[in-house]
Amino acid sequence: MALVRCQDLQKSFVKGRETVEVLDGINLEIQQGDFLALMGPSGSGKTTLLNLIGGLDHPSAGAVEVGGVPLNEMSARQLAKWRAENIGFVFQFYNLLPVLSAQRNVELPLLLTPLSSRQRKANAATALKIVGLEDRAKHKPGELSGGQQQRVAIARAIVADPTLLVCDEPTGDLDRETADEILSLLEVLNQEHGKTIIMVTHDPKAAERAAQVLRMDKGRLAQEAA
Amino acid sequence: MLAQILAVTWMNLRSLPLRLGSSSVVVVGIAGVVAVLVTLLAMAGGFSAALERGGSPERALVQRAGANSEMSSTLNPEDVRILSTMPEVAAYSPELYVVADVPKRSNRQPANLVIRGVRSDAFAVRPEIEIVAGRALAPGKRELIAGRGAAAEFLGIDLGAKVDLRNNDWTVVGLFTAEGSAYESELWADLPVAQSAFRRGATVQSVRVRLTSADALEAFAARVEDDRRLELEALGEEEFYAGQSKSMDALIRGFGYTVAVIMAFGAFFAALNTMFTAVSARTVEIATLRALGFGGGAVLASVMAEATGLALLGGALGGAVAYFGFNGFTVSTLNNASFSQVAFDFAVTPELLILGLLWALGLGLVGGLLPAAQAARLPIVTALRGE
Repeated sequence: MALVRCQDLQKSFVKGRETVEVLDGINLEIQQGDFLALMGPSGSGKTTLLNLIGGLDHPSAGAVEVGGVPLNEMSARQLAKWRAENIGFVFQFYNLLPVLSAQRNVELPLLLTPLSSRQRKANAATALKIVGLEDRAKHKPGELSGGQQQRVAIARAIVADPTLLVCDEPTGDLDRETADEILSLLEVLNQEHGKTIIMVTHDPKAAERAAQVLRMDKGRLAQEAA
Repeated sequence: MLAQILAVTWMNLRSLPLRLGSSSVVVVGIAGVVAVLVTLLAMAGGFSAALERGGSPERALVQRAGANSEMSSTLNPEDVRILSTMPEVAAYSPELYVVADVPKRSNRQPANLVIRGVRSDAFAVRPEIEIVAGRALAPGKRELIAGRGAAAEFLGIDLGAKVDLRNNDWTVVGLFTAEGSAYESELWADLPVAQSAFRRGATVQSVRVRLTSADALEAFAARVEDDRRLELEALGEEEFYAGQSKSMDALIRGFGYTVAVIMAFGAFFAALNTMFTAVSARTVEIATLRALGFGGGAVLASVMAEATGLALLGGALGGAVAYFGFNGFTVSTLNNASFSQVAFDFAVTPELLILGLLWALGLGLVGGLLPAAQAARLPIVTALRGE
């Protein structure tokens, strides 16, 4: 069964007097448990597609469904609640809050749940353990390496047990060795924890780790087998 | 929702040290507004209190009908005698009221100092008067006792000092207090000696009356008005002093609020700028929180909480400056109603401190609203890129 379904998905932006078509009729299905890499040149629309699937933006036309929920019909408030329950985000520059410890950063999505403080702490500790950073729980982002910060970000992304992980250039700011560690972690999350992952990347080596690679160009898709 | 607000607010507050400079501008700006407002209102309050403290519900002031102050009133001995026989009168004190030019300690410029000629009855009428240094007046001598405020404010008004009045030396033999009332801004002299020195014959300017009870005021005032032998009017002391303080109180309060409003504009823009800067500096953080599912309302509330928190800190600082810098600070100013200087203490009351905090809160809310709304409406996708 398809977890993500995009039908004739379009997105355009107005720049000055010009309308820029970023996505031009995307049709796509992503199955539950997939690990999909989206590749393509800058401006090809891959991050825009990721944002629409992650419920961060509304399409200009067409439909996007995740788990049978039509995101294009939801208000901003409904989308916020839906994202909290269903999506884990991993960003290129980690987007951790610098004043909070790793533990607190990981706990953030749980503040949107009815869990008690003790349960939140326990879940955050588990997530940090999965990414191998249980001994860095008290450290603030500034006291961690780039790879460690991305691991904390991944722990934050999985702590609320979301259906889908959307990763925007998760290794784009890391050296090769650290990038490989992060990709291995994503593989574990996909294969052992059953997480569906969509990853935007420029890095062919990162894309090789995905089960499926989709290429985009000028707002359109060209599929190829991994 | 509350957990979201608390979490985001906590993060904002934790990041305050990173924005110490701009945050201090808000705190200091609002502290300035509150300090000025509270201090000026404390001045107005102190002035009114000094005058109103002189008033007792059991006392009345009798002066010439139509006179707007003791200065412009005259009573002859027969008036005094008739008053003394009225059944509502428990004690009475005929009093001379003149002013003399005496230099102030602050600027050495002459200012009007009240000289009140009294008999020993004045102390029976005003039991709150207390000699705190030296002794009471001796009848028939050119002696003065000085109120605490007069001694503090006027040059040469010291215990044992000679004061030149009407080309005669008068000796300050005592200092008195009067529970902080306007009497403390006066010099008192023996009535017959003062009448002679100031060439007033046997006339006086007013009669202070202690009534048999506070309830007797209405009957006493009616009796004075109805007596065809008299062209006098009796006013309750509280009413008299309230009238005297009204115009000056309104003037100082008006000035205080005007200055505070002008300063508040500056503080408002400082708060606005600081909070816009704070939001701008945290664009990516706010967008990240929104991406994770935090609502715009939580973000708005957190920015508002930070703005009002900073404002309240400023308000507390301003209140502390006003309290520790000026509470009890003695100054004198001209009472237009009596053409004399009134010494009074700034009174920074709890009510004024609360008012200052309310102003600070208002400034914080108004200054934080637009930046908070901007933060809540940040488009997530562009904000995540730091744009």
